[in-house]
Amino acid sequence: MISLPIINFSVIYPEIIILVTAIAVLIADLFIKGDRRAPISLIALAGIIMAAFAIHAQWGANVSGFSGAIIVDNYALLFKYIFLVGALLTLFLSVWYLQREELFSGEYFFFILISIVGMMILSSSNELITAFLGLEIMSIPLYLLAGFDKGKLRSNEAALKYLLMGAFASGFLIYGIAFIYGSMGTTNFDEIVRALSSDSLDTDPLILIGISMIVIGFAFKTAFVPFHSWVPDVYTGAPTPVTAFFSIAPKAAGFAILFRLLTVAFSPIFVNLSTMLWVLAVLTMSVGNLIALTQRNIKRMLAYSSIAHAGYILVSLAIGTSKGTEAGLFYLLAYTAMNAGAFGMVILLGHKGEDDLTISSYGGLSRRHPVAAATMSLFMFSLAGIPPTAGFIGKFNIFSNAISAGFIWLAIIGVINSVISVYYYLRVIITMYMKPEADSVTTVTYPPSLLVAIILAAWGTLHIGLFPNGWLLFIRESVVGLYQAL
Amino acid sequence: MHLILFIIFAVFCIAGAILVIVLRSPVASAISLIFVMCAIAGLFALVGALFVAALQVIVYAGAVMVLFLFVIMLLNIKEELITTDEKRLTRYLGSALGLAFVLEIAYFVRRGLAFGSSSLYLPVPKEFASIELISTGIFTKYLLAFEMTSILLLVAIVGAIMLARGKGRRDT
Repeated sequence: MISLPIINFSVIYPEIIILVTAIAVLIADLFIKGDRRAPISLIALAGIIMAAFAIHAQWGANVSGFSGAIIVDNYALLFKYIFLVGALLTLFLSVWYLQREELFSGEYFFFILISIVGMMILSSSNELITAFLGLEIMSIPLYLLAGFDKGKLRSNEAALKYLLMGAFASGFLIYGIAFIYGSMGTTNFDEIVRALSSDSLDTDPLILIGISMIVIGFAFKTAFVPFHSWVPDVYTGAPTPVTAFFSIAPKAAGFAILFRLLTVAFSPIFVNLSTMLWVLAVLTMSVGNLIALTQRNIKRMLAYSSIAHAGYILVSLAIGTSKGTEAGLFYLLAYTAMNAGAFGMVILLGHKGEDDLTISSYGGLSRRHPVAAATMSLFMFSLAGIPPTAGFIGKFNIFSNAISAGFIWLAIIGVINSVISVYYYLRVIITMYMKPEADSVTTVTYPPSLLVAIILAAWGTLHIGLFPNGWLLFIRESVVGLYQAL
Repeated sequence: MHLILFIIFAVFCIAGAILVIVLRSPVASAISLIFVMCAIAGLFALVGALFVAALQVIVYAGAVMVLFLFVIMLLNIKEELITTDEKRLTRYLGSALGLAFVLEIAYFVRRGLAFGSSSLYLPVPKEFASIELISTGIFTKYLLAFEMTSILLLVAIVGAIMLARGKGRRDT
């Protein structure tokens, strides 16, 4: 007889709520036909709000469940908030776009919600197999979302490329997990940290190869150079709200597990891993920024810029202290707001079929649509890291922490990179304000749902930039428990 | 006896894996993959994991491979269609990097064994991978992972239907 353990379902309440909502969306889609399907998105919205309340109720908890596979602490809960905000913004960005492109269907919201479930599990997983499954639950809907515009060749290409690359990365990840399990006999983070000592790598070199392969597996999802080759094509080919979702939520999920895995579970040997992260950070920042310089297509430019931003957060990961993690999480928050806003503007200024997404098509926008141009400029300034926006405070935080932790060269390379990035962000602004009008006149309509998303993102960008103290305290509160046990 | 069997299975395994990528014809590649999977099943059986060995044969060598062959048949991939227009440099660089990767792993495994502290040296427990042990694991320690797999399958089903449904809207 197997003695069944007592199961504490309360640790996964937010996940269960989102999962049930996803299934409800799928069933509702069966019964509501044709053009009256817009309320389906309201079901998804209600689910997200309920999950947010569930997370709010869990705040401050520090419990683990399912034989230590899941841990609920403020760190995981903060990430769950970020995922929900990402999903919420994507929802508002999507509704009008889907109707414009005649893509509206229940599956779209189902995939977004299930992907969020995967991310939530990933952020609170305390064990490698759970983390792997969380990653897969997150990824498979992403592959499908990339190819959601079935009629378009670019979208098909994006889905296939993403699927093949992602499957390859998963292979690395599971191979790495096998090495770790083979050399340590456990996949649980608490047991790993107890089994490791600072000279573990000398006595058991398999651990190094195992953890390197695990990092490669997650690096594909967070798009670090040299594991970024899928990003430009997938970001360009996928429907634009999906691209916005890609650039926010999965990236945050990848960082959620990387911070916990590297700086907590593998903390005894973190000194050795830090060098690897250092190299990755420099490569990711530099390659992302340099290629972004030459892009003419706005979605492609934002794709490379998102790679570069992952590089800045990698700097904070390479620091490896509680302060570094705080800076990284703060940057993730800021990045979520400003990147969602930038993609929202791309959707607003695009039109059906989206043939025309070059930066030059924004020429003369300031004269015809001054408000739209000003809002776009706000997001571009923030992405470039110019005060008083969120991007500035985020970068300042990361680089000042890097310097005080002794990573002076990394900070210098980071600052040089953010100077380079100013060029291509400002080019968008210059095109809008100083270039003559483009041949194809952009007609702009202002759908309310999209405006809600953009206003939310703009509020976040400005509020984080102007009043960062409250946000910093909020993040400190969520990180402090993570390093307490060490 | 064990060693001889191990060498036979290992050679089959690696030779089959090489053939999968070297052979031109997709069907021949798929057949080589069956060899690899059966050889892996043999390796599992050698360490006493009879249940896993049986699953390996039934699920991979059986079900998954039939699926592969069906796909090849339905897509009707012809040998001559698979062109190798990739650049020479990429090919050599890829092979060199792949080889370096294999050597790296071999080196680390060797070093791990040389130290002897690695649990790779631990003897296989008596009830290793028995049905009881696996089911106990699934329903106690790895319960969540087991349940999460069902979400994964649900998404896969919905996704497959979404992709397979015709290009036009469902209800217009």
